[in-house]
Amino acid sequence: MSIPSDIASTEAFVPEVPPLGLPSLGLEEDTGRRAGAGPWRRAWLLMRRDKPTILAAIVLVLIVLSSLSAPLYAGYVAASDPFRSNLSARITVDGKRVKVMQASTEGLGLGVTPIGPTYNAQYFLGADTQGRDVAARLLYGGRNSLLIATSATVICLVLAAIIGITAGFFGGITDQILSRILDILWAFPVYLLAISLSIVLLSHGIVIGPIEITGDSLLLPIVIIGIIYVPYVARPVRGRVMALKRSEFVLAATGLGIPAWRILVNDILPNVSTMLIVFVPLMMALNIITESSLSFLSIGVQAPDASWGTIIQDGQTLLYTRPAVALAPGIAIALTVLSLNVLGDSIRDALDPRTKLV
Amino acid sequence: MTMHLKQLTRHAGAMLATCLLAQTALGGVALAQDRAALMSEHRGGTITLAAVSAAGTVDPMINYTAQFWQVFQMTYDGLVKFKQAGGSDGFEIVPSIAEEVPKPTNDGKTYVFKIRKGIKFSNGKEVTPSDVVASFQRIFKIKGPTTGSFYNGIVGADKCIADAASCTLEGGVTGDDSAGTVTINLVAPDAEIFSKLAVPHASIVPADAPLTDAGTTPIPGTGAYMIASYDPNSEMVLKRNPSFKEWSVDAQPDGYPDEVVYKFGLTEEAAINAIINGQIDWMFDTPPSDRLPEIGAKYASQVHIDPLAAFWYAPMNTNLAPFDNVKVRQAVNYALDRDALVGLFGGDVLGQPVCQILPPDFPGHVDSCLYTKSPGETWSEPDMEKAQALVDESGTKGQKVTVIAEDNAVARGIGTYIASVLTELGYDASMKAISPNIQFTYIQNTNNNVQISVSQWYQDYPAASNFLNVLLSCSSFNKGSDASINIAGYCNKELDAKMKQAMTTALTDQDAANAIWAEIDKGFMEQAPLAPLLTPKSVNFTSARLGNYVFNKQNRWFISQSWVK
Repeated sequence: MSIPSDIASTEAFVPEVPPLGLPSLGLEEDTGRRAGAGPWRRAWLLMRRDKPTILAAIVLVLIVLSSLSAPLYAGYVAASDPFRSNLSARITVDGKRVKVMQASTEGLGLGVTPIGPTYNAQYFLGADTQGRDVAARLLYGGRNSLLIATSATVICLVLAAIIGITAGFFGGITDQILSRILDILWAFPVYLLAISLSIVLLSHGIVIGPIEITGDSLLLPIVIIGIIYVPYVARPVRGRVMALKRSEFVLAATGLGIPAWRILVNDILPNVSTMLIVFVPLMMALNIITESSLSFLSIGVQAPDASWGTIIQDGQTLLYTRPAVALAPGIAIALTVLSLNVLGDSIRDALDPRTKLV
Repeated sequence: MTMHLKQLTRHAGAMLATCLLAQTALGGVALAQDRAALMSEHRGGTITLAAVSAAGTVDPMINYTAQFWQVFQMTYDGLVKFKQAGGSDGFEIVPSIAEEVPKPTNDGKTYVFKIRKGIKFSNGKEVTPSDVVASFQRIFKIKGPTTGSFYNGIVGADKCIADAASCTLEGGVTGDDSAGTVTINLVAPDAEIFSKLAVPHASIVPADAPLTDAGTTPIPGTGAYMIASYDPNSEMVLKRNPSFKEWSVDAQPDGYPDEVVYKFGLTEEAAINAIINGQIDWMFDTPPSDRLPEIGAKYASQVHIDPLAAFWYAPMNTNLAPFDNVKVRQAVNYALDRDALVGLFGGDVLGQPVCQILPPDFPGHVDSCLYTKSPGETWSEPDMEKAQALVDESGTKGQKVTVIAEDNAVARGIGTYIASVLTELGYDASMKAISPNIQFTYIQNTNNNVQISVSQWYQDYPAASNFLNVLLSCSSFNKGSDASINIAGYCNKELDAKMKQAMTTALTDQDAANAIWAEIDKGFMEQAPLAPLLTPKSVNFTSARLGNYVFNKQNRWFISQSWVK
């Protein structure tokens, strides 16, 4: 498996973001910038006028809110434990008591099929192979998928920022060492690296001194996904820092004898931060897909926990009879990723000084 | 009304009896049909088989899979063989390369086999006693997987196991080409020796066969077919052995199809569709669960459901907490809902709840269920109250437990269910599914600290020892080894001695031995080193054109005895 197409090209992946510290070149009139609007405010104004962005944000907020309400839904609406096998249960549908797991009565009577969507409070989307409420698991799965994607994004961006800024700013041997480490990571196809790490770490977990992450912990996929994408963010950050280092305002600051740490904090970091912000939705979208892929392969979230990937895996054996089990999380992933990508594009455009604010 | 019902019942009973008699008579007629006539009518054509993947080496002395053992039935022969017949007849030992099944001499320690004349390998060479002797040496020289379990009782085997390269089995297996005999000497009498000689690991191959794993290069055999080509990533092609001449219908019958093509790489879904469309004739893998209702309803005449001598079970590591406490192991046995497990396997038609080790209708099996609501002969329902009480008494509540299962739909489902039951019992349980390629060895190795797992055991041959002695004897437990089939790590010296007694008794009185095995089965279940889950049934889905489907528990479906023409 190779690098996902949307990050295969670093150039395409590097958002074009204005350096906030750059002195004004007097192009405001040409680019249509509104006088007095700072870059953040300007970005906000641009984004809130863009209907697809608003729609994407609404969808994303709805998904996040519904995922957060999983315990409420499972407890008060579905009245079922989404983590407990429910193979012998019966429920009432249209006034009739029916089994959640229904044995075939036709022909030879082969197979047991879980109940399909009832569109009632209980088993709204039907049951999975363990007789669990798919709708409740979908919401719980969303919590885990979003938690993993968000946490992995934070880990990835923090590590990438540290490595990229350090390598780009200090250069020399520091850059050589860090860049080679990134090259080594980059040399592995991203999914191959993720799968290899997952298989090795799932067996025994991670133990570093007092820190112990067990094989079934959610921290494991978070750490793995967070690490594998570091080179894809760190390299463009390094490139941006190297460019900034040669810029006049940094040279001036250096010439004035301002300490390196102050240049880093006051001049470099603010310029890199916009780039990192543009990365956030894009990385989250990527991470959701990666998490789902790993969980689908049984090397991500471990049972009885759920994620959208594990639910798709559960539904794989029901595609023919109960397609909703796999389709529902698939649609949830598609909507979330689409929303994040739309937001990501929108943020990138909004932070681009060449975009006109009409 | 009552009289009317009685009359109806009587008439229905009479009709049923008539039908059964008619069926028996027709069956007799069918059996009596001239085999030659059937051959001339149906001989020819190509049977196409499919499996998700190949099963590794085609070396009959190394491969230890049901998938290829089925193929080896028509390509290789041992001195003796399991009868190539349907039903329980398949458990019968019949002579194959040997002219007859010999009587033991020397207090049951020596067997002299007279080798049939005129049997040829597919390379045209005639089978001689020298080939037989070399074949037995080869079992050790290639370090076959059952040298230590099946063939370690042959005189000289211990030296061969210690130094495979210079193995001669001196005094153990000797041949006399002029007399046409082979003599096998055992260290001690072995009631199961013929069963061990009848499995593919004791196939007779040419004396000049390579002394390494044959891998993908087939070794000439004596069967009706030979493996013409084999590519594990693509297909195996079997063609008629040009040197074959039928010498025993019971051991190696001539086959109907001219060619057998075994395709690898088709998913179960694709295979089902191909069978429905008539593109292939049979699939090795169990049909996926979401297609079972469909094929059971629409293609019932093409579905064959047969009993298997096997069981699915959950070995519990008796050396690791919390399962080092017998009360916890018993609690798990009480808590498991076997009906639910059967449901996960595909329903009542495809599985049967069990709570003992020996499968139903197997030597030594006596119905008994200690762990059910009302203990007796059969399982009725789980007893959660008792299970909870036992867990409370054990003081192990809250401990972390991980269930290890194979990463396939059924095993993962069963693993998830067991984890759910453990959670209900108060443990912090989770399930981990790992690749089927490594799960079986992973759960055996004590270094991996597996607490509880999902596994299956299918008989090698019909003997109680093949379950109880293999799975639970002290000698089957090897710490730190991938080959420690006693997954529970349970060693009970008393039951071990009883197993030895049963095996000795079997030399003279099989019924008495079976009675002892029944006691041993119960004895093990009292200590519950494992939780029996279900006895599976075999589901074979065949094409509409495939005829003469014959199945037995030992060798499963006989590929060569079905026709497609």
